[in-house]
Formats: sequence, C-alpha cells, structure tokens
Amino acid sequence: MKEFICIVCPRGCRVVVDDNMNISGNQCKRGEIYVRNELSNPTRILTTTVKTIYPEIPRASVKTSEPIPKGLLMEAMKEINKVTIEKEMKIGDVVIENILNTNVNIVLTKEIKRKEEEK
Amino acid sequence: MMRDIVVIGGGASGLAASISAKKKGKDVLLIEREDTLGGILNQCIHNGFGLEVFKEEYTGPEYAHKFVEEFMDLKIDYLINTTVIKLDKNNDDFIITLSSKELGIKNITARSVIISSGCYERTRGQISMPGDRPNGVITAGSAQRYLNINGYMVGKKVFILGSGDIGLIMARRMYLEGAEVLGVAEIMPYSNGLNRNIVQCLNDFDIPLYLSHTVTNVEADEFKKLKAITIQQVDERFNPIPNTEKHFEVDTLLLSIGLIPDITLLDDLYVEVDPKTKSAKINQAYETSVKGLFICGNSLQVHDLVDNVSKESTRAGISASDYLDGLVKDRKKIAIKPGKNVLYVAPQYLDFGWEDKDLLITFRSSKKIEKAIVKVYQGEALVYQKRRAFIVPAEMETLSFAYQELNQDQDLMIEIEEV
Repeated sequence: MKEFICIVCPRGCRVVVDDNMNISGNQCKRGEIYVRNELSNPTRILTTTVKTIYPEIPRASVKTSEPIPKGLLMEAMKEINKVTIEKEMKIGDVVIENILNTNVNIVLTKEIKRKEEEK
Repeated sequence: MMRDIVVIGGGASGLAASISAKKKGKDVLLIEREDTLGGILNQCIHNGFGLEVFKEEYTGPEYAHKFVEEFMDLKIDYLINTTVIKLDKNNDDFIITLSSKELGIKNITARSVIISSGCYERTRGQISMPGDRPNGVITAGSAQRYLNINGYMVGKKVFILGSGDIGLIMARRMYLEGAEVLGVAEIMPYSNGLNRNIVQCLNDFDIPLYLSHTVTNVEADEFKKLKAITIQQVDERFNPIPNTEKHFEVDTLLLSIGLIPDITLLDDLYVEVDPKTKSAKINQAYETSVKGLFICGNSLQVHDLVDNVSKESTRAGISASDYLDGLVKDRKKIAIKPGKNVLYVAPQYLDFGWEDKDLLITFRSSKKIEKAIVKVYQGEALVYQKRRAFIVPAEMETLSFAYQELNQDQDLMIEIEEV
C-alpha cells in the first residue's frame, strides 16, 4: 500500500493505492491519472546552479529542458556540478547536452553577461 | 526636476508597476537598492513561475528577465545600487531622499510614489526561541541567496523550522547539493506551504515533516557554532507536551517562519496601517490613506504566486497614472472588513471617488474549508456571493463585483460560510 498527496489542485487529496493497484481517496478523475503517472514514471524538472569563472557572477542558474526521471536527479546533480562556464551566454543556451542519455539538455536560466567596467 | 512617478523597489512588483505607468505615457523613475533588477526572483531558481501570466512554467530568473526586457525596451529611467532612506510629503508633492555611492545623499521630488519594496523574513528574535544563540541559525531566504547567488552552502546537516514555501524549497535545494536534511517542524497542525512543494520538496526525498512541533532548545558548541536542536510536540494552545522531545545533531537551523511587508519608508507619512496585513490600508486603486501614494506586491500583502504580484502591480501603475490625469473625483469611502472565517481583506476601503476602477478584493481564509460560500454583506443586505469547492489559508482568494449602485454610507463585510 502506498499513499500519495495529489497536487493537481489545492484540495490535496490523500490518495491510497493498495497492493492490487486499486486507487481510492481521490475526489476526481484527475487524481487517479496523477497517481498512475507517479506510479509508472515519475519525472521532475531539475533546477540548480553551475559555477562560472567570473568572480562577480560566481553561479548561474540552470534547469533540465524537460522533466527527467525522478531516480536520476542526484546523478544529474553530480554531472552538473562538474561544469564551469567560461564565456558569456544567454538564457536557453545549452550547458550539457543529452544529460545521462535522457535526450534532455541542461540549459541556462540566467544570462551571463559581464558589466563593461568589470571586463 | 519633478518626476511624475517614482517607483521604490525593482523586483517583480516594481517592474510591472513601472511598465504599466510608462505605457500610459508617464515619466517614471524606478529605484533599486541591489545591483540588478528582478529582486528576490533572481535567487528563486526553482520553476513554477508564470503559469498565469505567460501560460508557461518558468524559473524565477527567467520570469524576471521577461519583465526586465520589456522594462529596458520601454527605456524607463532607473537607478541601481541606490537606497531610498526617507520619504516625505510637501503639500501634494513627495520628497524622496536617496543614497548611493555615485550620488551621495540627494533629494528628488515626484507627484506620485509607488511602494514596491517587498517583504522581509521573520527572524529568531520574533518568535522567542529558547536556548543558546550560536552561528548556524539563519533565515531560509538568506541561505537561499548564499547558495544560489554566491555559491556558498551554509551547512551540511540541516533542520528547518516552519513549513512555508521557502523552507520547503530550501529543504530540496540543500538535499540536492549534498546536505543531510533531517526534517521540517511546523507548529501548526497543517503546513503553510503549497501541496506541490510538500510533495516535490519533502516526500520526494523522504524528508520528514513534523506537524504540531516546534524547536524548544538550541545548543551551541564551545566555538559558538550550532551543535544540536530539540523539537517537541505542542498542544492546541501551542504549549510543548512533556516527554515528546526529539534531539537532532545539526550545524544549521533554517527559519521559514513568515514574511512581513517592508513599509519602514512609510513611517514619516502617518499612513493608516492594517494590523492584519501589517501593511498600509488601501482602496481599490491601491492608493494608501495618503493621496497619490500607492503600494503593491509583497509590500502590500504577502503573495503565494508571483503572477498575482505582477497583475496587482500592473493595476497599481495604471492607478498612479490615472491619479496624475486627475481622474479621481470627490472622495467618499466605505470600509471593507473581514468577517467570519476571513483572515484579512485588501483593499480595506472602497472609494467612490475612484468609481472607474474595478473592485478586485483579495482575501485569505482563516482555516481550511470544504464547500464554502463567500458572501459580501452591506449591513443586512447580501450584495454578492459565490460558491467555492475548497478554500485554504495558503492560497489567496479573489472576488470582484460591480459596486457603483451600492449604498455609499454603509461598510461592507466579507464572510466565508461553511455549507
């Protein structure tokens, strides 16, 4: 038996799945769909930061371009923490291509642009 | 030089207010104390922003960038690294005293001012936490800034007091960066955070949430660094229950125990304040009790979604422009009061002088209610009602109705009825 909190709406139903995969506790159909997805292939967008070589912008924020399997989050963090950005880049630019063979890229969510006086 | 509108604070709120006022043809100056625009969004690197405004899910920095781009395209004047240290009024004009490295201390004048200065975090001193006072007890938002902007981890073994969204977001963030997150304690019997944050920040990583628990002791080591904390279950009156102590050895205690609107700049203006929102009382045009002084965003009321901050501040910017255009007529106002099951209401006044402004009332319930009817009374007369399947304090509610036909001598009262 496993319990989920449905996050489709603010009501937050506690949905219970028994050993025969019967779903109960949800007050609407969307809750059942949510829980079936969570059971079969839960995915998440991962957001974190990467290092840069610029002292005035020590970190730049990044995200996965698509959700990745929940089980890969910690492994993806290890890969992302190996990277250091060494040039100016824009929002959406790819930092790591096809991370952990998921067909998902790690992209910047912050512009890395130095101010003139700091160059 | 006399400015039309000075906007104080360049986060989500100030950006939206400046943009809407500038689009109305007004001369706008925005003042920001940090070295970049975007405010707290810059450190909120998680996603989930923009679903209402852009119909897409952005991270905080991406959401801020959208508004900064539009702000720059409109060529709005702004000052960064500049702090407003005093706000005063001389007849109808505002005198803004600012301080910066380049300008020194300088006065500027404006016909209208919009306050969009955000909110600050409650600290340990505001909840009388017992025990030693070591290093390592820090607000969740400060820890978020150190980690996401500066790249410093504030600790390796972390406990979090308060289940507000920032605390939950930081639980996940610290866990992903390799910290051991031992738990979150919440004094209330329910969490103040959004459900999706409980699920995706705590449950995903098996971080326990201790409801009806609070920190009852803090221990320092010989170097005055945090060594351990004790949490205890509390009863209905929030008194610790004996023999429920749990002990955690940690080097960091993050506090996520509430946000308070930052309205220190209003001190010299004798603005009427609402003890419930801890901010200025406003009318439906976001105007305070001081004519021409507007307030919006988290400095008006603490929002749960930035999208609502942007929408509210866009309206406040238009109101400031309308004020300068002389669209406000003779003033006659009635109060809008929170009644049964309503925690607070904003606006607190309906001003018939602003009769062209739509009335959009925001409020929060004081408890979780299933099957509710929101009712607005004027005396005995029911002037508006709507059904809501589900209302929780963590999510701001809104309602709107035409008011031009209302009695102009009697206050309004908002109630939530349980069916």
